[in-house]
Amino acid sequence: MTVRIAAFARIGEILRSGTLELSLPGGATAGAAWQSLCASFAQLAPLRASTRLVINGALADDGTPLHDGDELALLPPFGGG
Amino acid sequence: MGRPESLDDSDAPSMQRVEVEQIPTNSTPMVADLRRYSRHLLMPEVGLDGQRRLGRARVLVVGAGGLGSPVLQYLAAAGVGRIGIVDDDTVDVTNLQRQVIYAQPDVGRPKAATAARRVVDLNPHVAVDAYPVRLDAGNARDLVRAYDVVVDATDTFGARYLINDACRLEGKPDIYGSIFRFDGQVSVFGPDGPCYRCLFPQPPPEGTVPTCAEGGVLGVLAGLVGTWQANEALKLILGIGTALVGRLLLIDALSGRTREVGFESDPSCALHGAHATIDAVVPMPDAPTAQPPRGIVELDAAQLDAYLAEHPESYVLDVREPHESALGPAPRGVALPASVLMAHVKELDSAREYVVACRVGVKSAWALGQLEDAGFRRLKHLRGGLLAYAVARPEFEFF
Repeated sequence: MTVRIAAFARIGEILRSGTLELSLPGGATAGAAWQSLCASFAQLAPLRASTRLVINGALADDGTPLHDGDELALLPPFGGG
Repeated sequence: MGRPESLDDSDAPSMQRVEVEQIPTNSTPMVADLRRYSRHLLMPEVGLDGQRRLGRARVLVVGAGGLGSPVLQYLAAAGVGRIGIVDDDTVDVTNLQRQVIYAQPDVGRPKAATAARRVVDLNPHVAVDAYPVRLDAGNARDLVRAYDVVVDATDTFGARYLINDACRLEGKPDIYGSIFRFDGQVSVFGPDGPCYRCLFPQPPPEGTVPTCAEGGVLGVLAGLVGTWQANEALKLILGIGTALVGRLLLIDALSGRTREVGFESDPSCALHGAHATIDAVVPMPDAPTAQPPRGIVELDAAQLDAYLAEHPESYVLDVREPHESALGPAPRGVALPASVLMAHVKELDSAREYVVACRVGVKSAWALGQLEDAGFRRLKHLRGGLLAYAVARPEFEFF
C-alpha cells in the first residue's frame, strides 16, 4: 500500500520534501512507517520522542494501523517566536 | 471555553519578586474614548459591553519579538485595559525584519520598555507593565496570576513548558503560537482542556530544532501567527466565536494552506493526567544537547587557522547546506552538505583527517556520529561552527 507523508519544519528538511509517497506492506502501522523513513533518513531517529504522528488529521500512536491512501503527517513542535 | 474569570477592574499587579516598570498612561477602567472604538461598537459581537470587557481585561504577553509585535499592537489598538510585557532582551538589528513594533533608532534599547512605550503611543488608554526579566520557574506563577489571559510569544521550548504549567496551575488560558521558516502553529490551552504537554509531552533534543536565529524565518509569518494569537485573545475576552481549544492550527505560508489537528486531554499528561507528577512550576530539565560522539577532539574557532597551518594534511569538512555557505567559504574546505552526506560519504577518504564544521556546530555534531559509524577515525569538531569562526573575519558576511 502507499501512504502520503506530510512533513513539517525540520522533518521536511530532513526528508528534503514536504510531501512524499511511501510504499509499505499492507497492515503496516504508523510506527512502522516512521521506522521505514528512518532507514532512509538517519537524521530522523533522534526526533521520534518529540514528534507527533497524525493520520488523516487525527493524532495517532506507533500502533495505529495505516490504510492505502492515508496521509501520515509528521508533526514536530516549533520553537521560534 | 468560557470567558476568562476575574475580569474585574484592572488593578496594578502586586509583584513582589519581579522588577516592573509601569508606563504612565491616561488609563481608566472604563471605555474612555468611544470614537476610537467605533468600528468595534458597530458590531453586535463586541458593542459597548464587549468594549468595556476589553477595557477591563488584563493580558500578559511573554516575549516581545516576532510574535509579540503584532500581538501587542493589536491588543493595544483593540483597547485591552492592561498589558504586561515580559522580555529581558534588547533590540538587535536582525530583529527588525519581523519585529515590527521596533524601529531603527530602537536598536540596543530594552525590548520590554520600548514595546511598552509603543503600546502607549498607539493607545494612551492602555496601562502597560514592562517586565525586563526572563520568565523563569521563580517568577512565572506570580506573573501569570496578575492577568486574565497569557500569550506565549516566546522562542524557546523551556519557556513554552513553563508558561503552559504556570497557566494551568493558575487557571489561566495560554494562547500558544510558534513559527519556523514558513510554518506556524497556533492553539489555545484552556484551564480545563488539553494542554501543551498533551500535544507535545517532550521537548525535542536541544539543537535538533533550529531557532529563528539558526534556521531563519519569513518575517511576515511572525505577523500571521501573532495576529492569529491576538484574535484568539480578543475572542476569549469577549466570549465570542469558537476558541482554538483542542485544535492545533498549522499555517503554511508557502503553500498558502492551513490545516487543523484535533487533540484531546491526555489521560497520562504529566501536568493534569490521572497520575500527574507536576504540581509546581519547575525549570525544564535541559534536553540532551546534540553533542559530538565521545572522544572527539573539539577545536575552538580561534584555534582553527593555527591548527590548519600546523596540519597541512587536514581539511575542513564543511557540512553546511549550499544556502548557508553564502556566509563565506570554510578555510581549506571540502563541501559536502549534511543532507547528502551519507549518500556521498564514499567520495571522502576515511584515512584523511577532517575537522567537521557547519554553521553553528549542531549539524556537524550529528555528522561526526554518522562518519564515525562509517569508519572514519581521524575526526575533529569545530565548536560553535563557522559562525564563530566568521566573527573576527572581515571577508565573511556575518549574519
